[in-house]
Amino acid sequence: MEEQDVSCSRVSGAVPDAPVEADQVPAESASQREVPRMVARVGQKAPDFAAPAYYQGSFTNVKLSDFAGKWVMLCFYPGDFTFV
Amino acid sequence: MSAVAAQYDALQALDVEVLSVSVDSHFVHKIWNDEELSKMVDGGVRFRMVSDQAGNIGRAYGVYDEQQGIEMRGRFIIDPDGVIQAMEVMTPPVGRKLAETVRQVQAFQHVRATGGKEATPAGWEPGKPTLKPGPDLVGKVWKVWNPSME
Repeated sequence: MEEQDVSCSRVSGAVPDAPVEADQVPAESASQREVPRMVARVGQKAPDFAAPAYYQGSFTNVKLSDFAGKWVMLCFYPGDFTFV
Repeated sequence: MSAVAAQYDALQALDVEVLSVSVDSHFVHKIWNDEELSKMVDGGVRFRMVSDQAGNIGRAYGVYDEQQGIEMRGRFIIDPDGVIQAMEVMTPPVGRKLAETVRQVQAFQHVRATGGKEATPAGWEPGKPTLKPGPDLVGKVWKVWNPSME
């Protein structure tokens, strides 16, 4: 997996197949923004994504589709330094 | 996440790669691992801790809370074809039971290994009987399985 250059820009995850409406909506109406239609469902292909990650002392880029051929457990959680 | 880190070997033994995701930056992930998680689990976190600061991944998986700007406890089991086989989404205050994820992975792997010819009844664990759906089993499940076998 390629190592990521560390910079100070605020990089975040991207979902290449998702609708691009987020960028077309003015910031003030962001809270009323519609939730993208692409929502994961069982029995359907998992939405691919690419995002920066911390991995064993390094910063890398992770792409879900790089793990094709393996089982993946994808685990979301509310935040670092929370208690549960 | 320390609970997942503690079970990482069990998941690796099943050929399961773990990806954790939150809205924290990868820089914060590093400090959380170094300062806290590594003190709860030997060797700290050995899987990739993904950063989703804009919530884009969380939205695609239906776990991003727009009001709070955080992600719910969503757990997805994705098979080697990239298909989601299982999902569980919980609000933040209640933690997961990882042993159930391991059990589900074992069951999905068994079903996959049989090419879908077998199904696993409630509470199935490796070594327990499976069901072989077909005309002969219709209305006859009681002959081969009942809840006391769970």
